[in-house]
This record gives sequence, structure tokens and C-alpha cells, in this order.
Amino acid sequence: MTETMTMAKALNEGLRAAMGANDRVLLMGEDIGPLGGVFRVTEGLQSEFGDKRVLDTPLAESGIVGTAIGLAMGGFRPVCEIQFDGFIFPGFDQITSQLAKLTARHEGTLQMPVVIRVPYGGHIGAVEHHQESPEAYFAHTPGLRLLSPATPHDAYWLIQEAIASNDPVMFFEPKSRYWQKGEVDRDSSGIATHASRVVREGTEVTLVGHGAIVSTLLQAAELAAEEGTSVEVVDLRSLSPIDYDPIVASAQKTGRVVVVQEAPGNVSVGSEVAATVTERAFYSLEAPVLRVSGYDLPFPPAKLESVYLPSVDRILDAVDRALAY
Amino acid sequence: MSYTAATVQLLSPEGTLVHSDASEQYLPHVDKLSDDALQEFHRHMVVMRRFDIEAANLQRQGQLALWVPSHGQEAAQVGSALAARPQDHLFPSYREHVIALMRGVDPITILSMFRGLSHGGWDPKEHDNFHLYTLVIGSQTLHATGYAMGMGLDGRSGTGDPEKDAAVMVYFGDGSTSQGDVSEAMVFAASYQTPQVFFLQNNHWAISVPVSRQSRTPLYLRGEGFGIPSVQIDGNDVLASFAVTQANLDAARAGEGPRFIEALTYRMGAHTTSDDPSKYRDNSELEFWAQRDPITRFETYLRARGASQSFFDELATEGDDLAADIRKRILELPTPATSTLFDHVYSDPHPVMDAQRQALADFEASFEEGN
Repeated sequence: MTETMTMAKALNEGLRAAMGANDRVLLMGEDIGPLGGVFRVTEGLQSEFGDKRVLDTPLAESGIVGTAIGLAMGGFRPVCEIQFDGFIFPGFDQITSQLAKLTARHEGTLQMPVVIRVPYGGHIGAVEHHQESPEAYFAHTPGLRLLSPATPHDAYWLIQEAIASNDPVMFFEPKSRYWQKGEVDRDSSGIATHASRVVREGTEVTLVGHGAIVSTLLQAAELAAEEGTSVEVVDLRSLSPIDYDPIVASAQKTGRVVVVQEAPGNVSVGSEVAATVTERAFYSLEAPVLRVSGYDLPFPPAKLESVYLPSVDRILDAVDRALAY
Repeated sequence: MSYTAATVQLLSPEGTLVHSDASEQYLPHVDKLSDDALQEFHRHMVVMRRFDIEAANLQRQGQLALWVPSHGQEAAQVGSALAARPQDHLFPSYREHVIALMRGVDPITILSMFRGLSHGGWDPKEHDNFHLYTLVIGSQTLHATGYAMGMGLDGRSGTGDPEKDAAVMVYFGDGSTSQGDVSEAMVFAASYQTPQVFFLQNNHWAISVPVSRQSRTPLYLRGEGFGIPSVQIDGNDVLASFAVTQANLDAARAGEGPRFIEALTYRMGAHTTSDDPSKYRDNSELEFWAQRDPITRFETYLRARGASQSFFDELATEGDDLAADIRKRILELPTPATSTLFDHVYSDPHPVMDAQRQALADFEASFEEGN
């Protein structure tokens, strides 16, 4: 049975399903109890599961992640909410130096099933530290897995996959898409955790992206089609590990690839995708793999964010440049 | 920063029992101990010091990359660890070698970390819940607090059955009290009223920086500031270390919330074998603390209670035997196979690990004859 719902609601339903399936799953974070989180993703969960399953924590990100580690050592499966992307850095040390390394330090005798949910990205006109895309820091860190859904259906299933993982998962939620509705099929058998997917088929240029930018890519593909250009769109869904096979297959078909992301381009997830596609599809490429990213700047004040973020026009400009080779 | 009027001491540096208002509430914990039990305290401290000397020698001889001496801190560590029960979870920093041994970790496992063969690798479940060393200063205080939160959620403390109740004890140092994680750990512990003892070994030096640079207030008052009942003890007095820790662990296990103990001790040696304390501290300070040595004073006490010379001779032999044993075994440790590099980064299957393991195997095979 499919149902239409927002991504925020799909995440809420996914969390509810995971908590119902396993009583060791607990949620922790700032304002996630009676308030339901600043984005209301955990709305109603504390009243349903109680304050021992949904913990309002003190305002301390390192404390949230560090105590989640200890809870996981005791057999819990904590799901932490970090309130905004730019607030993850007080927890960065616990994530990269501890959470990511503890299984290796224990030579496999300790599992670290911790999920860290991070609402991320721009498009919401917010103040500083509330619109960032910090995923590359974590994709660079061995020991972590990174997921980022682009649709309500993927959000519903991927959050459950993340909670089922025995490894730490950074779960990047495109907050500008929280209120976008889509079909969720709760009766399907779920989706492979780290599978990228072709969301629109085309033959001349491949666009690759993740999170909020996927719907921008689809808009760009639609406009390109009106001008007679056939564009394929691939949603990464998983940023670590990255499922390259569908991307490479698409590159071999179209010969032209444009990677798009909100994050600054320097040493980014998009850089890695571009390098790997070049390595694996070199003889099929008709043009260098191009990147459209946020500029290499601190995220700008909100009135300038539309200039900073990859727009449909900047994406189509890159498509034209790829076709011109 | 040394002893204050608030410092709980049960055994004076001269090796005699102290009877004071502060000591009276803790002396009953000691009165219950048999001569055999007291001699066990001494055995752990003496054998540990011999182990520590041998490990430092092995480093000087190039067999270890680094050693972290614990000389001088034996009473703080042995007394507190003997107050813990097997069901308690102990989270060390990286200098608690004697506690590792007391909880069943093979000394070679500790040394293999400093020989560059592992990052720890023992399973706390198999070693009386003694967790791995944490090298980033203060990080383990949050893990311990999280573990204790879980104990609270699972009802593993405050059951009314003292034999079943469990608690957490976390070890950390004076330098770490400046780290944000330690403050956050106390915030969470106080907030969730965790079954937990914070055991601070104030050894007075964070490498070259004295404790006076970390704090203008006695460190046990930090605990009080977070709403955690706190006490300062003479950490070179193994009886105070044992008795005060036992009283506080009992309270934590019984569900009375977290406790904080500051044990005043002294790092007699270097921070690590890479350090040179002669560049930053006076011999007069060293002499002050040498006169308060934890082992000397306890030996005086045991002799006054009638311990025989043969007991002390046996300890010396046991220490030498352990030293010889680790010296022999450390040289026999094999370097792990390169393929194991990729084995435990993730618990679940991971395509990048599989691909890189294969790529390394192929690369190494390319050097074999016939390729």
C-alpha cells in the first residue's frame, strides 16, 4: 500500500517502525521529546514510547555522541539527532576519533550501531550555521557509513536500514525537502542500503547528485528535454560507500557526466565521484567530468544563497559545456 | 596543590592509621579486611611497580615505541580497583596498567599496544568489564557516562540487591579536567543520575603543565559544582583509596547517583618515555612526594601488623618473574598479517574493504617469484 506523505512524516514513521521492531533502539537529542524536534521529525514518539526511549538531552553535541557510544557499548542502538548541520562540529571529535574507530580498536569484538541524524543543506533562508553541507568531512573518515535520502520513500526505508546497521551511520537529511510530499510504499521489501539509483533515464548527459539537489537535477533534466537534450539523473543515496556501478554504467552510456552538490567543491564527495568515474569509464567519456558545487566560501547570508547553491541554470550551463566537447 | 584540610587520609605517610573526623566514617571499610587481604593490596602495588620498570627498560632498549609509566600512582589505582566488583565497568585512561592486570588483561596485551602491534584489542566482556584505553584526553568519561545511563535504563543498579547491583567507574587525570568532554560527562551524569564514580587521579602534571594551570580551585570542587557529591583523598594512601571508593561505588550501585573522587597522587616519572621532566620541575617537589610514597608507607604498616620478611621476599621474586616473562614473550610476538588491516573497520560487509584487501593482496603477490 502506498501513501502520500512528507519526508519529515516518512522519517517519523521509519523511526516509529524501527523502535517498534527493536526495544533497544532509543532516540536522543536536543528538543526531541515533547517538542518533537525543531523539525518535528520525532513528533509524538516520546508520548508513544516513553521518556526512556526518547531522551531529551542537555545541550551538548559531544556529550550526545559520546554517551551514545557508551549506550551502544551496553547493547543499545542509539539514534542521535543533531539539531542543525553547523552544530555537528562540537561532536566531531567523538564521531571521528571514537565512534568511527572503536570497532577497529576492539578488533571486531565491539559493534557500534549508532545513527547520527543531521538535517543539512540550504534553501531555507536561515542564519549562519543552519544551512551547511558538511558530509565530506565524514565521508573522508574510515569506519563511518553515510546515507542521504532524496525522497520520502527512501527516507522511510533508509532510516530503518541505518538503524539496523551494526556500524555507525551518519544520516544526512535534506531539510529543505522535509515538507515535500511523495509516495511511500511501506509494503515493499525496502531498498539495498548502499545502492545508488537511476531516477530518470536519458542518453546524452548524466547528472549525479544526492539529497536536496536531486529534485533540482530532475527539474534541470525536464528543461533540457524541452530543448531536445536527453539527460539521465542518478541519486547517490549513499555517500559512503558509494555504489559506483550504476554511475559508471550511465557514464558509459552517455559519455558525459556532471556531478552536482550543495557543499563547497574543494575535496568533496563530488570530487571523489568525478575521479572514480574518470578512472572507471575513461574510454567512454566524451568530455571531462564536470562539477557544479557550492562556491568555496562559508555559506553566505540567506539573501545570497540562491547565487551560492547550484541552480537549474548553473546545472544546465554545465550540461551545455559537457556537450560542447 | 597538595593536601588540604579536606583530604581524607587513613594511613599517614609514616605508615600509621589516622583517626580523624574525616577518617572515622571510612575506617570501618578497612577494619573488615584480613591480613591476607591487606597483603594482596601490597602484592598488586609491588608487582606493578616492577612491571612498570621493566616496560620502561624495554622501551629504552628499543623493544617498545613508547611507555607510559605509572610509578607513584599505585595506591590510587590498586585501592580503587580492589573496591570495584566484577560486575562493575571500569573505563581507564591509558596509565591504569595495574588495573588492567587485576581485571585479567595479559600484560603482553598492554605492551603490544606500545610495540605498535595493536590499538588495544582486548574484549572488555572477557576481562571483567575493563574497557580499552582511550588516548584522546577525557573522551572516555562520556563513554563511561553513556554506559552508566544504559545501566540506569536497564535497571542494573538500585535493585535492592547489593550483590547484583552494578556501577561504572571512570579514570581520568588532572589535565583532562580542562577538556570539555569531562564537563559534559558530569552534566549528563548529574542530569540522568547515573550509577557512576568519577575517579580523578590528580598526579599534578599534564606533561609539563602543572595542575595550577588547569584550575584555580581544588578539582574535587568541580564535581560539587555539577551537583555531584565529591571528596578529595590522599591518593598515595591505598587504604583511603579503597575505603572511599568502596563507599562511593556502594552508593552509586544502590542508585544514589554519581560520585566524584579526587585522588591526590604524583607522577614520579616522566609523562611518557618521550618526556623530560628535568626541564620543568624541581627535585624538591619530587623529594616531597618520595616521602609520601604509596608502597613504602604501606610496607611499614604491614610490618607493624606482623607481615614476615619472607612475604616481602616472595613479592620481589614474583615481580622479577613477571618481568622476565614479559621480556621473553614480547620478543616472540608476531606482526599481524597485512590482510588483517581491513578486517575490523566495519562490523558488516563493506565493498571498499573487500576491494582494497584484494588490491593489496594482488600487489603483494606481484612480487612473488614467477609473477
